[in-house]
Amino acid sequence: MSVSPVLQVDNLESYYGPIMAIRGASLEVRKGQIVTILGANGAGKTTLLKTISGVMSAARGSILLNGEAIHNMEADEIVRKKMVHVPEGREIFPLLSVYENVSIGAYTRSDRAQIKADLDMVYSYFPILAERAKQPAGTLSGGQQQMLAIGRGLMAAPNVMLLDEPSLGLSPLLVEEIFTILKRLNTEQNVTMLLVEQNAKVALEVADYGYVLELGGIVMSDDADVLQNSKDIQSFYLGVREETERGTRRWKQKKTWR
Amino acid sequence: MPRGEGFDLDMMQLVISGLANGSVYGLIALGFVLIYKATEAVNFAQGDFMMLGAFITIWLANPQFLGIDFWIAVPLAISIMAVLGYLLDLFVIRKMFGQPQIAVVILTIALGFIIRFVVGAIWKHEPQLLETPFAGRELRIGELVLGFEEVAVIVVTLLLTLFLFLFFRKAKLGKAMQAASQNQLAAYYVGIPVKRIQSLVWALAGAVAAVAGVLFASKGAVDPSTGLLGIKAFAAAVIGGFGSLPGALIGGLIIGLIEPFAAYALPAGYSQIAPYAVMLLVLIFRPAGIFSQMQKKKV
Repeated sequence: MSVSPVLQVDNLESYYGPIMAIRGASLEVRKGQIVTILGANGAGKTTLLKTISGVMSAARGSILLNGEAIHNMEADEIVRKKMVHVPEGREIFPLLSVYENVSIGAYTRSDRAQIKADLDMVYSYFPILAERAKQPAGTLSGGQQQMLAIGRGLMAAPNVMLLDEPSLGLSPLLVEEIFTILKRLNTEQNVTMLLVEQNAKVALEVADYGYVLELGGIVMSDDADVLQNSKDIQSFYLGVREETERGTRRWKQKKTWR
Repeated sequence: MPRGEGFDLDMMQLVISGLANGSVYGLIALGFVLIYKATEAVNFAQGDFMMLGAFITIWLANPQFLGIDFWIAVPLAISIMAVLGYLLDLFVIRKMFGQPQIAVVILTIALGFIIRFVVGAIWKHEPQLLETPFAGRELRIGELVLGFEEVAVIVVTLLLTLFLFLFFRKAKLGKAMQAASQNQLAAYYVGIPVKRIQSLVWALAGAVAAVAGVLFASKGAVDPSTGLLGIKAFAAAVIGGFGSLPGALIGGLIIGLIEPFAAYALPAGYSQIAPYAVMLLVLIFRPAGIFSQMQKKKV
């Protein structure tokens, strides 16, 4: 392919305390794509995103955003480069109002008119945030807090969004709702997304391309629909049970990448 | 009426001088709260910051030292203290990042001692008074005679608290400071330069301490051990809730009011206990303070 990727990660290594959490991971995200990283608990997904967004420092390797090396930059500089990290769970400002939480997402910007327009845009995607604008963000439900975190991320007017488990702790209905909105943001607002998920099923439905992360390294990557049909992905991440000749599940099945 | 008008006037004057003292406690308490809110550390040198701010102003303004015009010396002293606060965070406190909170607490206690002895070495240990243009002037309201300094202290304190309150409510920087204190990680995610914000909070605490120092030194003498009244201000911050700016001020005013009345009503010696007894009562009956902003985190 001729188009150079928006985000390119090469041989990234990163430590979580004394533990080497990311062991030489490489991946790329092209403009307009939704790319997902699948992995079980403790595979290093969150550490990988934190390293990309500059909240954790990279020990080795490189991260290029639109061709520019960003792996030595502070987190706030990277937000100014229009890449924003939407963290997992409830990383919001509990005592600030919902409105203040959303608008502080535009901290790195000063174009007032455009910020106002983006606020309306966020409210149009998440009407509940407009409804609850005045109450302290800590009083929102888990799903609403997740929407708040995404809305706050949008206020930085990002070209690239790093999304860390937007489905975490939400009911299947809410997960469906949030992923529908993410897909819309991707097509309507041209936001390129790198999406980390444990919920492989929903992630592969919206994604164009997928990586599988295990023990801090990428073990497999392919187009999302190919991954969806891969036997390994089905049995290890999608929970599809294969009927064997003996009618029982093979419990010592080996992953092909091992 | 059994009690004469003179009694009421005495009471009024006790109230005013109590409020003036309380304002200074309140301003030091504001410094405690600012730093606690932003960094979750307690700066036990805040009282000594106040004393240092007072001595820097005396050094700049008093005729026996540099003798600069009062209205130039005061903003200059406030700026110097702000810069000192900023540099202290930049070169000392920030290096403690990742250490337990108690390490920062011990560090600030040590810093208080250092400030006390350095000030003593430079400007001697005798009490000194800041010479202000309004020294000795009086305000007469009917029969009530008030020291101009005391009224000025109260007014300046109220204005400064109002300014800080609005700053945190309305200004972008103020909101960023709040955000960084409520969820540091999330502050990084939205692009707030958290480290610089924390240095700015220390600068702000230094500036507020300098204002407190100017006010204190204009209504009474300071010496290097004056900073120890930071302990009373600490009690004020606890009474106010340790997370609330107006709470800190009101805590300071409460302590300031208790003192003269306790001295009036109780035998000497017992009266000094009163502020701490109140702090103890608040801690027992309303452990989060009167104006607590604390809320339980959702799990």
